[in-house]
Amino acid sequence: MTSAIGSRTLLEALGEVRDPELDEPITVLGFVASAEISGDGEAVVHLRLPTYFCAPNFAYLMVADAYDAVSVVDGVRRTEVVLDDHFAADVINDGVAARAGFVGSFAGEAVAELDGLRADFLRKAVLAGTDQVCRPLVDAGFTPADLARLTMGEVPASPGLERLRRRRAELGLPHADGAPLLIDPGSGRPIESDEVPLQLRKARVTRISLDANTGICRGMLRHRYTTDGQGEEDR
Amino acid sequence: MYEKDGERYFVVDSHMHYWNAAPDNWVPGAEQYAKGWIECFHAYQSLGPPETHWPIEKFQSYTEDDLMKDVFEDGHVDVAVFQPTYLTEWYKEGFNTTERNAALGAKHPGKFIANTRWDPRDGDDGLKKLADNVDQFGSIGVKLYTAEWNNGSRGWTLKDPGAYRYLERCQELGIKNIHVHKGPTIWPLDKDAFDVSDVDHAATDFPELNFIVEHVGLPRIEDFCFMATQEPNVYAGLSVVIGGLMHARPKFFAKVMGELLFWVGEDKMTFGSDYGIWEPKWQVEGFVDWDYPSDEFSDYPRVTTATKKKILGLNAARLYGIDVPAQFRLDADQGTPAARDAAVGVSAESPAAAGA
Repeated sequence: MTSAIGSRTLLEALGEVRDPELDEPITVLGFVASAEISGDGEAVVHLRLPTYFCAPNFAYLMVADAYDAVSVVDGVRRTEVVLDDHFAADVINDGVAARAGFVGSFAGEAVAELDGLRADFLRKAVLAGTDQVCRPLVDAGFTPADLARLTMGEVPASPGLERLRRRRAELGLPHADGAPLLIDPGSGRPIESDEVPLQLRKARVTRISLDANTGICRGMLRHRYTTDGQGEEDR
Repeated sequence: MYEKDGERYFVVDSHMHYWNAAPDNWVPGAEQYAKGWIECFHAYQSLGPPETHWPIEKFQSYTEDDLMKDVFEDGHVDVAVFQPTYLTEWYKEGFNTTERNAALGAKHPGKFIANTRWDPRDGDDGLKKLADNVDQFGSIGVKLYTAEWNNGSRGWTLKDPGAYRYLERCQELGIKNIHVHKGPTIWPLDKDAFDVSDVDHAATDFPELNFIVEHVGLPRIEDFCFMATQEPNVYAGLSVVIGGLMHARPKFFAKVMGELLFWVGEDKMTFGSDYGIWEPKWQVEGFVDWDYPSDEFSDYPRVTTATKKKILGLNAARLYGIDVPAQFRLDADQGTPAARDAAVGVSAESPAAAGA
């Protein structure tokens, strides 16, 4: 028997799992085909992706993150996360279930776990988020020198700012109110005012690239599956 | 040739295919990959206008007559460049080989350019095959697919020493154009398979070759832009950009085009329909009619008729040495198609330096 309340809690937990490449929750993207918990605490989640050949490293991260998120939900005694319709589905599903890690799952085909890959894409998310926060400021007349002086705490509160703050925190970059708004997402050093225009250009193209990819992925998913995913939102 | 509002456009489709992905060409035991691959391509087609969608059966193996009608009769294309993709682990005769393309091309003189391909994991045998293909089919371009599976390996990069042997051989054989296409797998699998930084290395070390990054590095447009602006011999192949975004996501299309025009420049961008994923007709006609949709795009480079003439054909014609009839050429003050120094370096001379 399926518990509706349990499924909602599962979905909330899955809403914290992001596609590391697109930087959006897997629920919103439509990647959660189903999420159910039985009366005796067995949670079963099915994930789906836009193509049969989506990159296996990102697919692995989403399955592993979903497993971790669901495992700690109150009342869950056993977790099963199943990636459907993917060329590496068996390897990924078995590897995650066995807690084998990426190298252990793809024996001979990988030399490291995926922390480096995840950090690379978090840095892209920080750049894209910087565009989201700075674009309205530029439109309001802030000059490069103004932006170089601005701290996180001086920017008007917005969901975009909080998202940027969380991404920076995940990378261990300065993110408190006193931290500079503009930093290098690799080193964390402040951006000088003469570097600001180019930094904003880089931030903008990074955000546009992310948005364009997300658009293509959503279109491909729509062709592949006619039904909405659990928690899918059309953004 | 396409004519609109008194302007004539010479059209080079610099990235298109003639594949056979029907079930009788699937390798026994690898059917799921062959099926998954063509279904993935078919999903891309869904991003084009609904009236251009094909049923999967036609999509798996369209005919010579389909191709000639869609590309030349209806599609406005003057010259088309075949880009092979082998995938011989999944397709018995290969998905889309040099031989299959060239055989069709031989029946229609002057219409096609047959590129070939190589894979550094094929070693000495592959080097010999490359020379044979250049000799037999007159290829001056190659298509490289770095995510191809080969004997247990899931892919390779242009930085591999084996790849450098092939690039050296390309120069010796008179090959000019290296079309690079990234895919979802590589060795090792923990690296980002779509990373384009290997193209940066190769472009620096092989300055005589042109590197056309297909799909502008999608899904890594930003990395491609940062790289392309540093290298005089790197070009942006627009396959998937026009086909995948212009109809489905017009606002993102405008932004991506604006970014490419800013970072890479109109002399370094080449049209490719990616046929049979998308027919060229709607892409050519739509692109000639296209402009930025609103003032929101006012800080991107302007799009002129000359911009569109270069992108739709004149840039690729220059890269491939195609003789363009006088009526299609640009006026003297409209720039030189495919100019290598058009977008080099974020320096004072570069459009990418504006405001920096």
